[in-house]
Amino acid sequence: MSTPEQVIVVGHEPPTATGLDNTKLAMWGFLGSECLFFGSLISTYLLYRNRVCAGCGPRPHQIYNIPYTSVSSFVLLMSSLTMVLALAAAQKRDDRGMRIWLLATALLGMIFVGGQIFEFTDFYHRGLSLSTSTFGSAFFVLTGFHGAHVTVGILMLLSLVAMSFLGRLGPDQARKVELIGLYWHFVDIVWIVIFTVVYLIPSK
Amino acid sequence: MSRRRIEGVRRWLRWGVLLLVAFVATGCSVKYPQSALSPVGKTAKEADSLWNLVFGIAVVIFFLVEGALVYALLKFRQRPDRQPAQFHGNTKLEVILTIIPALILAGIGVPTVKTIFDIAQRPTGSNVINVTVTGHQFWWQFEYPQQRIMTANELHMPTGTPVYLSLKGADVIHSFWVPALSGTQDVVPGHVNHLMFETNKPGVYLGQCKEFCGLSHANMRVRVFVQTPAAYRTWVAQQQQPAQKAALSGDAAAGQKLFLHGGAGGSFPGGPACSGCHAVLGTSAQGVVGPNLTHFASRTRFAGETYVNNTTNLTNWLNNPSAMKPGVDMPKLGLTSTQIKELVAYLQSLK
Amino acid sequence: MATVVLEQRRRIFSRPTAKTGWWSWMTSVDHKRIGIMYIVTALAFFVIGGSEALVIRLQLAKPNNTVLSANAYNQFFTMHGLTMIFLVVMPFGVGLMNYLVPLMIGARDVAFPRLNAFSYWLFVLGGLFLYSSFALGGAPDGGWFGYAPLSTTLPSHGMTFYSIGLQILGVASLAGAANFIVTIINMRAPGMTLMRMPVFVWMSLVTSFLLLFAMPVIAVALFELMFSRVFGAVFFDPAKGGEPLLWQHLFWVFGHPEVYIMILPAMGIVSEVLPTFSRKPLFGYGAVVFSGIAIGFMGWGVWAHHMFAAGLGPVANSAFALSTMFIAVPTGVKIFNWIGTMWGGSLRFKTPMLFSIGFVAMFIIGGLSGVTHAVVPADAQQTDTYYIVAHFHYVLFGGAIFGLFSGVYYWWPKAFGYTLSEGLGKLHFWLMLIGFNVTFGPMHILGLEGMPRRIYTYPDGLGWNIWNFIETIGAFTIAASILVFIINTQRSRRLRAESGPDPWDARTLEWSTPSPPPEYNFEQIPLVESRDDWWHRKYIPGPSGAPVRVFAGGADMVDEGTAVVDEHGHGIHMPSPSYFPLVLAFGLPIMGYGVIYKLWWLVGIGLLVLLTGVYGWVLEPPTAEE
Repeated sequence: MSTPEQVIVVGHEPPTATGLDNTKLAMWGFLGSECLFFGSLISTYLLYRNRVCAGCGPRPHQIYNIPYTSVSSFVLLMSSLTMVLALAAAQKRDDRGMRIWLLATALLGMIFVGGQIFEFTDFYHRGLSLSTSTFGSAFFVLTGFHGAHVTVGILMLLSLVAMSFLGRLGPDQARKVELIGLYWHFVDIVWIVIFTVVYLIPSK
Repeated sequence: MSRRRIEGVRRWLRWGVLLLVAFVATGCSVKYPQSALSPVGKTAKEADSLWNLVFGIAVVIFFLVEGALVYALLKFRQRPDRQPAQFHGNTKLEVILTIIPALILAGIGVPTVKTIFDIAQRPTGSNVINVTVTGHQFWWQFEYPQQRIMTANELHMPTGTPVYLSLKGADVIHSFWVPALSGTQDVVPGHVNHLMFETNKPGVYLGQCKEFCGLSHANMRVRVFVQTPAAYRTWVAQQQQPAQKAALSGDAAAGQKLFLHGGAGGSFPGGPACSGCHAVLGTSAQGVVGPNLTHFASRTRFAGETYVNNTTNLTNWLNNPSAMKPGVDMPKLGLTSTQIKELVAYLQSLK
Repeated sequence: MATVVLEQRRRIFSRPTAKTGWWSWMTSVDHKRIGIMYIVTALAFFVIGGSEALVIRLQLAKPNNTVLSANAYNQFFTMHGLTMIFLVVMPFGVGLMNYLVPLMIGARDVAFPRLNAFSYWLFVLGGLFLYSSFALGGAPDGGWFGYAPLSTTLPSHGMTFYSIGLQILGVASLAGAANFIVTIINMRAPGMTLMRMPVFVWMSLVTSFLLLFAMPVIAVALFELMFSRVFGAVFFDPAKGGEPLLWQHLFWVFGHPEVYIMILPAMGIVSEVLPTFSRKPLFGYGAVVFSGIAIGFMGWGVWAHHMFAAGLGPVANSAFALSTMFIAVPTGVKIFNWIGTMWGGSLRFKTPMLFSIGFVAMFIIGGLSGVTHAVVPADAQQTDTYYIVAHFHYVLFGGAIFGLFSGVYYWWPKAFGYTLSEGLGKLHFWLMLIGFNVTFGPMHILGLEGMPRRIYTYPDGLGWNIWNFIETIGAFTIAASILVFIINTQRSRRLRAESGPDPWDARTLEWSTPSPPPEYNFEQIPLVESRDDWWHRKYIPGPSGAPVRVFAGGADMVDEGTAVVDEHGHGIHMPSPSYFPLVLAFGLPIMGYGVIYKLWWLVGIGLLVLLTGVYGWVLEPPTAEE
């Protein structure tokens, strides 16, 4: 029930012209599109980070807690590692290992999102909201969209685990894990850029 | 094609050409007071000479390419005795036809870039008149900081002197455009953009807001009075005076009271006194929301330069401003006809 | 065995099975049906957007007219622009892509049939969402490019509908773009190398890449607008240091590629139609393909020419002036190649050919007036006047719409098995060509004589009256031509002049299938041996170089589609119909209404519908077991 020939029969997928998997190609295309999405958000942020009008709330360096965000960034980075381990397990058809590593990835993601929620609340209480300054608008929308991406990723990871338990992941489970993994790594890489550009580059 | 059909086509063509000539003739006999094609300003002339260049080239290319197209259509239409030639291309020809347009465009590019930098230069000299233009929804405010003059919708300038405009936006993006004097320049909130007006030809030149700015975008017009230096100096001297030297009497005096303090109880029904939004130099009216009305009666038009400044229009305006100019900030004040009469009299005394 | 796995799967509800009737269309994942639905919907929106234009023209027919109030006028011109761009030209092109790309590359469907259905339904619902604003307190009224800060301050919900409606349409376009990129790269028949692909497929590929990279940029701009309008963000608020030009940059970084998104499919159509009716291969195939790619790349470097009057400074203005001039070069190359294609040919002036010639003739004018815009000081006079309105209608109507109608007349017999009437078709063409030029030609003059665009009224005495009146007559002539087209479709459907599989003696693979093609397109996946493969199967070069018909070629070789058997001896498995694309598509507009009215429970319901769609989709196999 798990020989390569039958995989083809199930999906009725004829071999492709380039040999690349259709879904993987589509995912790469989607991620290319996402680069422009985050690129535009980051551009907006770069334009506004030093443009806090007088009396319009805190400036970036007055509010960021670099050590705190470094820790949550590290957590998110570690989740890329567990994602790789999940894929390796999936390719070895080690279902148990795959589930464990997928859950670990989702858990690390949840810690990151939790950290972000805490950070947002903290900033809000310290006087930075969506409408205090252009910096506030740009910061919350950029990092908020990133957080939403992580959340979607967590949902997909948990769905993979659930489908695996229900036996509905199908014989090409490694491909599915790899697909979600591509997305997850992308979201991580975007965070590295955001962390550098938003938090580490000093503002005026 | 049969002979009869060709005849038919010819008849249609003849009528078509006649009709076209008739239309063009009517079109050409018309005057265009807001035209970009009869420039008098220095920058407008520079733009126009570039336009003439590129338009000329475009017309030549148009006839060459459309001519080639029509020729091909006539020459190569299907005939039983001819076989289509099966060629896939001609590299040499293709390269030539790529290089020629590139060269033409480079030829246009050089004077374009030169003119861009020319126009961007700030005029120097002690005689330069500075004017700050502020775009409001939906009227223009003109401030002459050196002369300490504030007016609206009607810009006065002398011949032979460069006028350097600094454009500011009060609310949304507008675009300041007087085609006879210069191409347009957007008025962007948070930015100061510049334009230079300079001409030797006295006259009245029309313009209007060119960037969509809301309900009355169409009613945001401007009029530039280019005067001889002497006439301009007279205008400046008159504008620098307070509106009234002598005390008012009759309707005008009652109107002034209404203007400054509102009706009974200190306000009009549904709104504060006029002075809450409008300023009149030499009185206690210091409002900055609406146009400065110090020498209102010296202006030829009002309401974004859309209505002639006369008693009928002013009466209608005070009765219901937004019926004449949709989206205007000025509310319907619910004035009585007596109050309107008095206010009109006062406004007309602001010479 | 695999079927065992499939049988074990429990389903919430059974799959749709209807083969005919409404449900079969609603749940269809067949690229041909979806393509037809796209085009029919786009034509319906074309009639709506055209009617808006007619009312606009009535209002402007004479000075100080009162057909429309200022408020209604602003809604009408904004919705006219949004409709024609996002609900007509784009989906019209996508519809033809849908119908043709798989047929042209020798595939049985697109790579993701359900995603394709999702794109379509999301487009329909996004369009209805936008139009529902008319009934809900006012349509968008800030112009199709919605310049901030005006768009953040307009009081009705209109611009919020705009920010969310375009977002929904953007998701639809993005899904479609990814789908076509994968389809074209991965689903080509054996032998269909990239340089053997029909030009239409090439242009579809370039268009898809442009969509893929342009849509996220407008998405960010629209989110910033939405957060500003609904949640109090201050992205464009000058009082808080917000930068109005940020919106313009983001919008035009999307907006200029968008122009090519609209025109490239039409260029592809013309590049298919001209060779067929000239009985010659396309002149300079490589040049046409590479100029299309070049336009795709250069289209990203010219956006600020929409902002020449914004005060970017002489250096930026010069740079963008030059890049704008040079994008004219690849465009010019295409024009030369199209004329070269006709040169020396044997031209048959059938209706599709007339529309393609109309495209070339009108596009030359639009291209030349485009070059005059690159001359910045002159553009300072032309921008935001009727001159620019004339220019982009020559490109998008004289160009894109003529090209798309050429495609409709050309491929109609393929889709329905009968040709449209030539007489009515030609009447349609001439009425439209004349009406178009009478409407938009005088706009050049009006613009240069000082008439700004987007004004709901103008005073007497500016010399504009006569031209405006003539334009209004022209607009109604265009409307008459569309009426002729509609009559033509109905009459031709009744008369049913059977077309056979290859009525135009055409060149590309879709003509090797029966008309209409079976659901699976090809009984045997074709083996492609050359560019214009179908032509070369019908003709060989004769002694004089002229093509000679191969004995028993042409119609005799058409895949008649009698036996539904594939090479494995099984029936050809086509993807099964599905409810979930439709369900998923409903989620987004529901959430949209929730955000506009701040009804968070409605957002929750939308999210729930969305998740139902997603999970239903994922848990359902693409193909149902027999």
